[in-house]
Amino acid sequence: MPEFDALQMQMLKEVADLHKIPEGAYNIRSNSAPAGRRSTENIEITSKTDVSGLDIRIKSGTKNESVHIPVIMTKSGLKEVVYNDFYVGEGANVLIVAGCGIDNCGGQDSEHDGVHRFFLEKNASVKYVEKHYGSGNGAGKRILNPVTEVYLDEGATMEMEMVQIKGVDDTERRTIAKLKENAKLVVRERLMTHGNQRAASFYEVDLCGDGASADVVSRAVAKDNSFQKFDAKLIGNAACKGHTECDSIIMDNGKILAVPALEANDVNAALVHEAAIGKIAGEQIVKLMTLGLTEAEAEEQIINGFLR
Amino acid sequence: MLELKGVSFAAGEGNERKEIIKNVDLSVGDGKLVVITGPNGGGKSTLAKLVAGIEKPTSGRIFFGGKDVTDVSVTDRAKSGIAFAFQQPVRFKGLNVLDLIRIAVGEKITAASACEYLSMVGLCARDYINREVNASLSGGELKRIEIATVIARKAKLSVFDEPEAGIDLWSFKNLIEVFKKMRAEIKGGSIIIISHQERILEIADEIIVIKDGEILKQGAKDEIFPTLGAREITLSCKKAENGGEQNA
Ligand SMILES: Nc1ncnc2c1ncn2[C@@H]1O[C@H](COP(=O)(O)OP(=O)(O)O)[C@@H](O)[C@H]1O
Ligand SMILES: [Mg+2]
Repeated sequence: MPEFDALQMQMLKEVADLHKIPEGAYNIRSNSAPAGRRSTENIEITSKTDVSGLDIRIKSGTKNESVHIPVIMTKSGLKEVVYNDFYVGEGANVLIVAGCGIDNCGGQDSEHDGVHRFFLEKNASVKYVEKHYGSGNGAGKRILNPVTEVYLDEGATMEMEMVQIKGVDDTERRTIAKLKENAKLVVRERLMTHGNQRAASFYEVDLCGDGASADVVSRAVAKDNSFQKFDAKLIGNAACKGHTECDSIIMDNGKILAVPALEANDVNAALVHEAAIGKIAGEQIVKLMTLGLTEAEAEEQIINGFLR
Repeated sequence: MLELKGVSFAAGEGNERKEIIKNVDLSVGDGKLVVITGPNGGGKSTLAKLVAGIEKPTSGRIFFGGKDVTDVSVTDRAKSGIAFAFQQPVRFKGLNVLDLIRIAVGEKITAASACEYLSMVGLCARDYINREVNASLSGGELKRIEIATVIARKAKLSVFDEPEAGIDLWSFKNLIEVFKKMRAEIKGGSIIIISHQERILEIADEIIVIKDGEILKQGAKDEIFPTLGAREITLSCKKAENGGEQNA
């Protein structure tokens, strides 16, 4: 791994839990330039030639390997769009850790828009972890607009964990997925916004094959004057199962808009949506106060637990 | 030592306003185990909340360890050594059993030592330590976790509000042992148990009977216990014996 300064190391830790060079395949992008890459026997990372971004090819049958592709931005005023395509071979089972950290101390906006596409062949299985993190107290905004497309062939499984807890001023996240027979998609999203931040999250999941299933769960906290929108649409075109859930806590002047949509085009499609928005229950705070926490400490514990 | 002097509590507005606790005087000495009993709706839970600071008296004063704590916050009362197991425990989305026990102890104890508290209340610790304290737990499980967190506090004064509710017979016998042990271990520590259960009344040093917000009887167990007719302990005691979760 090339030399990183303390700030860059901090960002790598926040977005990819990296304290040192990762095991397995990786590609690190820092301030819009390549900053280290390793392919392995089973996982090949190459640069795209037409646009900026990567092709990541994972051989069929690859087991228990990982790919880390963190992006960090520490200069003010950068704006980039990056296209990363993942081709996951039949029966492969891998962990993919992406994530973007922006530190903006300057006056100009910094923006990273990542377009990630996942093509999973039959029975492939991916655990995908994506963390977004912003820091720096400059007037320039930290903006992240990820687009994620997931194509699951028969029996393929994708589990996505997406976390954005701090410091991103503006985010618009779009995730679309298409599932064939017996494919399975699990999404766990955690979002916290504060100050004047804005976050919108859109999902459109097409369940196209019999036995396909999707479970999309978002837990969100909106503090101060922040605003969040959760817009999830499930489309059942076969004998499939779909569940979406938006569970949110609002504090101060926070606002949350949950827009559920279910579309069933097959009599054997079973689709469910749940949404709950409210402030922290007063009795939860009181209970923790009887255990010796102050009101502020109690709130913090409840929020941390909720977003875990 | 806990002392209530002329404590009254009223709630509700206008015509709905109701005196729930009426001019109650009581004291719980160091090292004593006091059981409060009486019919449902009599004001027992309200009294416990007044002690914990969750409700503030309309008049009267509360003293703990010689200090007037009437205007002291819930947090500071907890810090000064008052612990309270709710009749209806609170559920949390996200916080797990280990989190709650750690908060109760006030430090990051290991999972293994947290497990000891769960074993005390008859829960197989391994299965519960990482469980979220949410709606997936049954009333009885939640109740035992609540009791475990209060035991973990090792407080000078522990108040348990109907701990038997929703607990099966086997765990119930264990629970009695736990209360006895608590009393032996916390030097000078006092325990208040709100209960309808005969077997809990039997281990009391003193019994207080509350009805319609007033103290009906108060005195040593041997003096009060024989005078308790079915009326005072009524209702819930049968259910707890059967071990169901009807009362949770
Ligand atoms: N905050 C409140 N506002 C209005 N009524 C209350 C309030 N708290 C308790 N009560 C009423 O006071 C009475 C005593 O309640 P409680 O203390 O729970 O009795 P117990 O625990 O002995 O069954 C009940 O009639 C209950 O409905
Ligand atoms: Mg009660």
